[in-house]
Amino acid sequence: MISLAALINLNHPAHYFSFGPFSVSAGNLAVIIGMFVIFLLALFLPFPGHRNSARRSGRAGGQKR
Amino acid sequence: MSSNWTRRLREASLERYAPKDLLPDTQPAYVASWIYVFGVLTIAALIMLIASGLYLTLEGPSWWHTSSVGHYVNSVHLWSVELFFAFMVVHLWGKFWMAAWRGKRTATWITGVLAFMTSIITAFTGYVIQTNFDSQWIATQAKDGFNAMGIGAFFNTLNTGQAILLHVSLLPLAVGIIVVWHIFLVRKRGVVPPIEEVVDHEGERS
Repeated sequence: MISLAALINLNHPAHYFSFGPFSVSAGNLAVIIGMFVIFLLALFLPFPGHRNSARRSGRAGGQKR
Repeated sequence: MSSNWTRRLREASLERYAPKDLLPDTQPAYVASWIYVFGVLTIAALIMLIASGLYLTLEGPSWWHTSSVGHYVNSVHLWSVELFFAFMVVHLWGKFWMAAWRGKRTATWITGVLAFMTSIITAFTGYVIQTNFDSQWIATQAKDGFNAMGIGAFFNTLNTGQAILLHVSLLPLAVGIIVVWHIFLVRKRGVVPPIEEVVDHEGERS
């Protein structure tokens, strides 16, 4: 069976970034930065069909304040 | 009031959870945002987690350690966890900055917090039942932590049987019940309106 080589070589101890008492592995830091990027994209990217739904009234479907 | 308890329960249920609230066919314009997709993605990841977890439970450790299908399902379970928490945290960030507890939505917020906390405990019990060197190391470290907190008499992480029962039965059941409760409350109370809309229409912040 042909196995695909990993895009990143993980066959070594994790690399850590240390800032005083705080340390984080490169992998965990990449995940945290990725989540921030996704959060910002979710805030600013336009949602498909937004114009159609914006024409509807502000409250619907039993919405309460 | 009717003496028939099934009638009372039906009437009370319909009053508290009207079908038009539980299954709405329209949503306000402000719901058209990617932020709301992350709540649904969290549920999708939870479904994948439960499905892959059931498969692992049925086949057992010798299967997921040795067979290629077992490795695959094990990896699906791992990545479902990773995505479940990533989606849930993005959902949490969005809801926090929207102050989503406004307008009598405190219980919705609190059930979300409970779902998050219970999921973390469930994930910890998953670490110690991998049945590999990683789980042995984590279990011994967790044992010292629990003893330092004075609760080692109740939770022994070196007891694999206890950890398995917690991870595959009790805690997933708790997470499932809390998530369903959370979704019911979201449907009942509706999605929180933007802060500026409440100010514009009611003249004050709620």
